[in-house]
Amino acid sequence: MADVLQRIDEQVKNNAVMIFMKGTPQFPQCGFSGRTVDALKQCGKEFGYCNVLADQEIFQNLPRYADWPTFPQVYIKGELVGGCDITLEMFQNGDLKKMIDEAVPG
Amino acid sequence: MQDQISQKLTAAFAPEHLEVINESHMHNVPAGSESHFKVVLVSDSFKGKMLIARHRLVNATLADELKNGIHALALHTMTTEEWFAKGNAPESPPCMGGDGTNT
Repeated sequence: MADVLQRIDEQVKNNAVMIFMKGTPQFPQCGFSGRTVDALKQCGKEFGYCNVLADQEIFQNLPRYADWPTFPQVYIKGELVGGCDITLEMFQNGDLKKMIDEAVPG
Repeated sequence: MQDQISQKLTAAFAPEHLEVINESHMHNVPAGSESHFKVVLVSDSFKGKMLIARHRLVNATLADELKNGIHALALHTMTTEEWFAKGNAPESPPCMGGDGTNT
């Protein structure tokens, strides 16, 4: 149990921008994950992703990692930003790009 | 489930405006399911709180429902002022095929 939380933690810390989603950025398998990953793509910087449908252990344990019950989950600089609704709202008002540009220089 | 969500949110947030919409029919679940919901919650108790804090409050209020039955919860949380400025909550996305019952 502790191992999987550590695995999640490593992914969150090793990627300045990280999304846990259903499916992949190329082939999302959930509308909410699809919209969220599109917003990240449009910010134009690299990001890490984890397909939770391909990793049952992460799927089952991610909700308690940051006490957030649903997918997708977006992390920037190790902090949970939110799920689909928050990420999209921040994308629309420009805050998401600002945060990502700050987290991923160049 | 829909009524239960409404009752809990009304009690917790004294909303100016509340919509609980069952969007399960848009997803890969049996007819009549109560699994996918959209909530539009307008309450001045959100004043001065970041979005993530507002969502955490709602998630905490609906913790039992999220554990037992709610599969997806699209959340649009606004203060009265933001509600008037914005007009409406966005449309939820269509299903893209992932199993909507167990995962």
